[in-house]
Amino acid sequence: MNIITIEHIAKIYQVGSEQVFALRDVSLTIDKNEYVAIMGPSGSGKSTLMNMLGCLDTPTSGLYKFKDQNVGLMDDNDLAAIRNREIGFVFQTFNLLPRSDALHNVELPLIYAGVSSKERKERAASALDSVGLADRMHHKPNELSGGQRQRVAIARALVTNPSIILADEPTGNLDSKTGEDIMSLFNQIHEHGNTIILVTHEEYIAEHAARIIRLKDGLIEKDEFVENRYIPNNKSVIQ
Amino acid sequence: MRHFLFELKEGLMISLRAIRANKIRSVLTTLGIIIGVASVVLMSTAIKGINQAFQSGVSSLGSDNLYIDKWSWFNNDTPWWELRNRENITIEHYAKFKELAQLPLAVAPSIFTNQSIKQGDKTVQFILVVGTNQDYIKTTNLTFASGRFFSELENNSSRNVIVLGSEIAKQLFPTGGGLNETIKIKGIKFKVVGILEEQGSWVMGNFNPDNQAFIPIDNIFKYFMSEAWGSVTINVRAPNSLMVNEVKEEAEGIMRRIRSLKFDEKNDFSINQQEGLLNEINKTIGVIQMAGLVITGLALFVGAIGIMNIMFVSVKERTKEIGIRKAIGARNRTILGQFISESAIICLIGGAIGLGLAIVGSMIIAQFDFPTTISADAVVLAIVISLLTGIFSGFAPAYTASKMDPVDSLRYE
Repeated sequence: MNIITIEHIAKIYQVGSEQVFALRDVSLTIDKNEYVAIMGPSGSGKSTLMNMLGCLDTPTSGLYKFKDQNVGLMDDNDLAAIRNREIGFVFQTFNLLPRSDALHNVELPLIYAGVSSKERKERAASALDSVGLADRMHHKPNELSGGQRQRVAIARALVTNPSIILADEPTGNLDSKTGEDIMSLFNQIHEHGNTIILVTHEEYIAEHAARIIRLKDGLIEKDEFVENRYIPNNKSVIQ
Repeated sequence: MRHFLFELKEGLMISLRAIRANKIRSVLTTLGIIIGVASVVLMSTAIKGINQAFQSGVSSLGSDNLYIDKWSWFNNDTPWWELRNRENITIEHYAKFKELAQLPLAVAPSIFTNQSIKQGDKTVQFILVVGTNQDYIKTTNLTFASGRFFSELENNSSRNVIVLGSEIAKQLFPTGGGLNETIKIKGIKFKVVGILEEQGSWVMGNFNPDNQAFIPIDNIFKYFMSEAWGSVTINVRAPNSLMVNEVKEEAEGIMRRIRSLKFDEKNDFSINQQEGLLNEINKTIGVIQMAGLVITGLALFVGAIGIMNIMFVSVKERTKEIGIRKAIGARNRTILGQFISESAIICLIGGAIGLGLAIVGSMIIAQFDFPTTISADAVVLAIVISLLTGIFSGFAPAYTASKMDPVDSLRYE
């Protein structure tokens, strides 16, 4: 089943009197349990595409269907609800709330989903446990290392059981060893049946994915499956 | 509804976290509201105190009472010289009035003079010594700490007896007692037969019964004043407040008969009532109230602007946080609620502290014999005002926050 269907979408920004075409004409579909990397140089439109896929932004023209719902017709509240239920974000800069501990950060999407306090705590704790941070629940982000912060962010993305995980340069702020750990975590998340969309400009990161979509100047340059997919062997992290 | 309560609760939790995280700023912001609420509450309490003092002072006159007098308490249309030229009301007028009047519960004459009262080495000056008769007590609500009012016998034989107001007794006999003691007015000895309980309030000044002394009316003319000089007031008490108007009409008719006025002649006397006094007082207090509330309202307004300012700064500073919250599913409404409840909580805390300050302040003021008590509605007032201020000054910043674009705010550094 297609989770995401995009047909001929374009995104045009008005900068002063000039129109900037961030996306010109992009069509693609993403199935359940796919592991897709979106690649491209800066200015290629990959951030715009990611914002679009993440329902943070709506296209200027074209059709975007998320699980048969037309995202283009949604208002701010519908978009917020779909982000909350269906999409788990992982950002390059982690984007945790600095003054809240790990547990509260992971709880946050459940608060907005209207989950009761008790159930929230349990689910957040088990999500943190699943990324190997059971003993760091009450640490604030500044008391955690970069890799640990990204794990908290991943736990936050997973806690609502979303349809897709959307990761924007998840290893961009990490050293290569830690980055490798995070990528193997993504691999395991994928093996558990999750759908992952990875935005990156690093070839070796993109090679973790099963399919690579290359963007250039707001158009899809190439959309291909990876033949020699890199599968990390470190599997100790997720249970 | 359940969902709303849930959001409210979570909004409050989030706001509390944010306030805790920015302690110093929250405290400074709160200061404006503390001062604003404290001054509003204190001012409204003070005004209420003044008002109550006047009301209770005036009502100690008795709401069922009429005072037939040469002079009018409030004079808007009759020139003063016309009042001055009126014939004095004499003790004979009083006697006739008493004979003719059917409706009143009690009728008594009164006339006063300012005197000093001495007892041993102590002197109380500028005392209103009221000359009246035994019926006077029936026209008032006065109560006794000890002793009694002078009797008909004592009155008719013009005995040198006196009833003292509580304040006078306190000053002459600071250690208590005083009953059956002898005091002197202009060297003339009077025996104290009664001491009143504390009655009125300071606002009535010398007209407060606490600062008055009562003696048989003939003694006034005998010792202190020529009968030709003074005009007697006829104190009339109606059986109940519903009958005040009937009593007044009857009194007017009788007085016109006594004064032999023709039908087209104007009254040459005034019938005064507590009601008129109250109206005047209410007018004055209304003006004080308006001025006071406008001034303290300004203080509150400045506090509100301070909060709004800080909330705008806070929203700007937390743009990224807003972006994160939106990305993981916070609705615009939720963000709006979060910031409004944050400013409402800051204001509520400020309001509570301000209220505390106002209570302390009113206790201090109360030391100076000024009747202030923080009442339940002052508490409610403080809470409502601070809540409304919080919502009012939090709304614009919160609205800005709720309308932020998630993509832009996530990118904000």
